[in-house]
Amino acid sequence: MSAPVVVFAVGNPSRGDDAIGPVLCGRLACWLEAAGLAAQFELIEDFQLQIEHVLDLQGRQLAMFIDAGIDTGAPFTFQRIVPATGIAHTTHELPPEAVLQVFRQTEEADPPPAFTLCIRGEQFELGEPLTATAENRLEQAFGLLEQLCRNPDPASWEAMVVSAQEGVRVAEMA
Amino acid sequence: MSYQLETAEHPEMLRRVAIDPVSRVEGHGKVTILLDDQNKVHQVRLHIVEFRGFEKFIQGRPYWEVPVMVQRLCGICPVSHHLAASKALDIIVGAKKLTPAAEKLRRLMHYGQMLQSHALHFFHLCSPDLLFGFDSDVTRRNIVGVAAAHPEIAKRGVLLRKFGQEVIRVTAGKRVHGTGAVPGGMNKSLTIAERDELLKDIYHIVAWSRDAVHLIQKVHTQDPGLYNSFGIFRSNFMSLVGHNGDLDFYHGTLRARDDNGKLIFDGVDYQEYDRYIDEEVRSWSYMKFPYFRSLGKEHGWYKVGPLARVQNCNQISTPFAEHERKEFVDYAGGTPMHAPLAYHWTRMIEMLHAAEVIKELLHDDDLLSNDLMVEGERQMEGVGVIEAPRGTLFHHYRVDENDLITMANLIVSTTNNNQAMNEAVRHVARRYLHGHEVTEGLLNHIEVAIRAFDPCLSCATHALGKMPLAVELVDAEGLLIHSLSRA
Repeated sequence: MSAPVVVFAVGNPSRGDDAIGPVLCGRLACWLEAAGLAAQFELIEDFQLQIEHVLDLQGRQLAMFIDAGIDTGAPFTFQRIVPATGIAHTTHELPPEAVLQVFRQTEEADPPPAFTLCIRGEQFELGEPLTATAENRLEQAFGLLEQLCRNPDPASWEAMVVSAQEGVRVAEMA
Repeated sequence: MSYQLETAEHPEMLRRVAIDPVSRVEGHGKVTILLDDQNKVHQVRLHIVEFRGFEKFIQGRPYWEVPVMVQRLCGICPVSHHLAASKALDIIVGAKKLTPAAEKLRRLMHYGQMLQSHALHFFHLCSPDLLFGFDSDVTRRNIVGVAAAHPEIAKRGVLLRKFGQEVIRVTAGKRVHGTGAVPGGMNKSLTIAERDELLKDIYHIVAWSRDAVHLIQKVHTQDPGLYNSFGIFRSNFMSLVGHNGDLDFYHGTLRARDDNGKLIFDGVDYQEYDRYIDEEVRSWSYMKFPYFRSLGKEHGWYKVGPLARVQNCNQISTPFAEHERKEFVDYAGGTPMHAPLAYHWTRMIEMLHAAEVIKELLHDDDLLSNDLMVEGERQMEGVGVIEAPRGTLFHHYRVDENDLITMANLIVSTTNNNQAMNEAVRHVARRYLHGHEVTEGLLNHIEVAIRAFDPCLSCATHALGKMPLAVELVDAEGLLIHSLSRA
């Protein structure tokens, strides 16, 4: 049986701050285990979101997409997302909203409530490590992630939606 | 075949159109078009400005790390790099011939990769253009639009891709960054449960793949004026061919033909690839330009990938795909088809072949054997070549007596198609670019030409918040007179 919550962590660990998603995923797995919450969550780490990820949304009550951002709010944003058409012309990846939309069209049902946790990155070069700035932001975002995972229901997550500016305050409170 | 339109005599006097798909942060593919006052196209270049640098990173690493490391090159076809590197290192550990189990497991992994990559490219990237037209509404021209209009096709695309990824997972250990292949063989066999799980679905996968061939065949043949001429140019082509000249994605010898189908070379042992192929560096692109030494830089460039492979082989070993190959060859009238949009038709023939081969392999008990490793006399240098989804992929390594890599040369599939993609863009730009405004339709025409080659301009970085496409039209004085972006 599927865990009620699916968490997608997206990124390439070999490309600088693109590793934010996988690094956060690794930390989250350890924390969930220690907190006795592992059974409620399935963590899926991948380079990119793809069309087959709609199948990982089946039977879930809640979904989260963790990713690095470029020129997005710092240190992070946490937002509710809804199905939407994606821009797909020459790349081989889908934005989270498009994954939800493909779910709706292929499953003929609404996808589970879904949120993005986007941590802003700075450098994305091949072979580079995480920047110190990204590590700091990742640390700040993890505080919010702990709160979210202790309260895995849509209403609680909706109440914790934060904009870029608020992200600083939430990070300080965590 | 020439460098026509590559270099204008007085570029400073021309207007500049830049098509800059910043689709992944490190993987910029940019098209620049220089026009004169009469809007005549004077220069067109597809710039690949990403610098991968992998050949340098690998130096100094122990050779046995390489098959796993090189997968970081790509999030779409990591298996191709994994296997090409493993094949090169087979030579270095003296494994001249793998055990039947190891070779069949690698083949299963690779054909799973071919299936998922071709399904993704066709259903996700191309079917919107093919089903709705190149000028259709951009908000509809994507997989979501396809799902809305053709839900069954969209669902099959999802399931085909998923199946291919499952084949990779059970053979490599993970869908991405698996460790299944090692120098000299494989490190795991298939369990009965894993095999049976795949067998449950394979008959649907073969049937859906046949349907996909028929879909693209219908689309192509219903509009020959477009599909047989869009972005067309003539060139040589090259691929591996297997035993008896069969289509083979995993192993074989190199064969090249000219634009009329006449053999340039055949039966070439790819350990000696650098006697036949050289690479040219040009100042405006990080990506090199390979060519056949015997024909020189100007005339020796070539196409690789599905269109080359399906026309280069003598036959296909699986029955449904061979039937479709003959249909394609008959349609082409006995001479090589050069139209870039024919890549899609041949890509689906290859997807069908991959599905059929997977079906055959799943009925082979060798997959369950634990006789997986071979060793032999240690060598200092090895070349591995594989037919990746996008075309011929070369990995070439030298190691020292401490087992550390001292030299690596990679010619990836998109590099092999570099000149060909440039040619396609030139032909489309000259045919469709009119006026002082860059339209969404024009951009998509150029993208359609590039997309036919299924290029992997970058490898596996993306992030939220990026701007996928920005276009600028600049006059001869450098002033911005029109811009268009997709955000």
